[in-house]
Amino acid sequence: MNRRTRAGLALLAALFLLAFAGPLLSPWGWDDTDFAAFRAPPSAEHWFGTTQSGHDVFALTLRGMRRSLLIGLLVAVLSTGLAALVGTVAGFCGGWPDRALTFGVDLLLVLPSFLVVAVLSPVLPGGWPMLVLLLAGFMWMVTARMVRAMTISLKEREYVLAARFLGVSAPRVIARHILPHLASLLAVDAALNVSVAILAESGLSYFGFGVRPPDTSLGTVVADARGSTTAYPWLFGFAAGLLVLIVLAVNLLGDGLRDALDPATRRTMP
Amino acid sequence: MASFLLRRLVNHAVLVVVAASLAYLLAAAALKPRANFEDRTPRPPAAVVEAELTRLNLNDRTPLADRYRVWATGVLHGDFGRTWQGSPVNDELWRRLQVSLRLLVLGAVAGFALGVLLGAWAAMKRHRMPDRLITLGSYLLLAVPVFVLAMLLQTAAKQVNDVTGLQVFEWVGESSPGAADGTFGALGGLGDRVRHLLLPTATIALAQLALYSRYQRSMMLDVLDADFVRTARAKGLRRRDALLRHGLRTALIPMCTYFAYTSGLLLLGAMFTEKVFGWHGLGEWLIDSITRGDANVVAAVDCFAAVAVLLAGLVSDVLYGVLDPRVRVGAR
Repeated sequence: MNRRTRAGLALLAALFLLAFAGPLLSPWGWDDTDFAAFRAPPSAEHWFGTTQSGHDVFALTLRGMRRSLLIGLLVAVLSTGLAALVGTVAGFCGGWPDRALTFGVDLLLVLPSFLVVAVLSPVLPGGWPMLVLLLAGFMWMVTARMVRAMTISLKEREYVLAARFLGVSAPRVIARHILPHLASLLAVDAALNVSVAILAESGLSYFGFGVRPPDTSLGTVVADARGSTTAYPWLFGFAAGLLVLIVLAVNLLGDGLRDALDPATRRTMP
Repeated sequence: MASFLLRRLVNHAVLVVVAASLAYLLAAAALKPRANFEDRTPRPPAAVVEAELTRLNLNDRTPLADRYRVWATGVLHGDFGRTWQGSPVNDELWRRLQVSLRLLVLGAVAGFALGVLLGAWAAMKRHRMPDRLITLGSYLLLAVPVFVLAMLLQTAAKQVNDVTGLQVFEWVGESSPGAADGTFGALGGLGDRVRHLLLPTATIALAQLALYSRYQRSMMLDVLDADFVRTARAKGLRRRDALLRHGLRTALIPMCTYFAYTSGLLLLGAMFTEKVFGWHGLGEWLIDSITRGDANVVAAVDCFAAVAVLLAGLVSDVLYGVLDPRVRVGAR
């Protein structure tokens, strides 16, 4: 493990701890209203200040952070899993399944993903889990292409050929002999997808196309402060800061992993 | 080269048609501007709403296939239809494009130039203080969502304005009303526009800079130990000259093509900046139109963006061939 990976992991662990154990530290719940403090700046009572309607910003921010982290992780796992499935099947089977899947990938790549998610997510039912599906559905294509190309070359290796000629079934060959070889690529991809997903979610939520009230994410917390950025910076500052820290931690972790696993980049990176 | 380009062009044209059609079908199926008419006060009679929607080709009771046929015929004749308020999409698209370009050109070029300089400098000072600072800075910047960056800049600008007691920075819109009629006349109008440009341009430039500097750094590291740089050193050039004249030029080739490619994406990528700073450009229009259910506008902006992205891809292909002789030989 290099320094970057360690720093990323430590930061991420601290952020998870804050998100899930943080509410224990503060007496205020996210739906409590303090009628004595409207739009109060940060103080000993309200660490991150209060909103226009007297809600505690600390509790609200942590609630949004839990949602954002969850969305990021789920989207990353789903999209990388889908990429692995489609890529290996297309690469391993060849023929018409390959052509059909490749056509599907190309078609999805042409569609403007932001637009599709922005148009569909308010119309479709299902709240944030639907948003997770939509985001994951538009993030896997590039990885699937890489996986497909690698599978095609792995397919001709002796041990894979041996397994195939011994009569091992295709799903088993993919699971036991091809996927382990792709594990490092997929791990890095999943890690970096977490930050992409969190950024995409917060961007959509900022415009009102992502997570919607009464649900909260870091994006909606920032978006709610839109009109009062300059006058009441605490309304968005803490949520924005945590958002940046999460993405930073995940990027450090992902890049560190890539350097550790890929000898070609290790040479040039510190 | 010509046949290669022609093949790419045909390929791209097919993709644009597919992308635009899918975008229209999606927007027309999901967005319902009917409520905009029915919520008017006084509430118009149902027949009037129906007739108006049909006239604008926005009626969700017309079969989707029919609406698509009308839309596609219009687009083939260069007409993107009408907004839900009845004005032609084409005029507004053209006007908004100019607004977006006024903002983007400066930001993109500044971001590219600064990013290349910082990235090259970081690579030359590899593992030393400047490199570490630049790497840290670009990591931080890459983690900041554009809308957060814009809001932070606004907050900082407010502080500066308060401290100095002057209106140094402006962060709403493209210009203040009546600025050109002041004591300084047209000059005052120009100064006012520049002050409005400052923050959004900085937002776009900073977001771009982080990306370019990372990319340029790794490109530069690749050529740092290349044989031709060593040859240049051996013939007596100083390290800095060898790196700048031979190293940087080579490392710039992929950067230029990358720049051309990203510029295509930027047209819509500026929507956060436009939204936060109240610039009435293309990105803002797209977002507002999705909220309003204005299907024709969404399809038009998207079609335009697809053309921009694919054109940028084509330009970057051509640039690569023009700048790098090795590719040209390979293509023949």
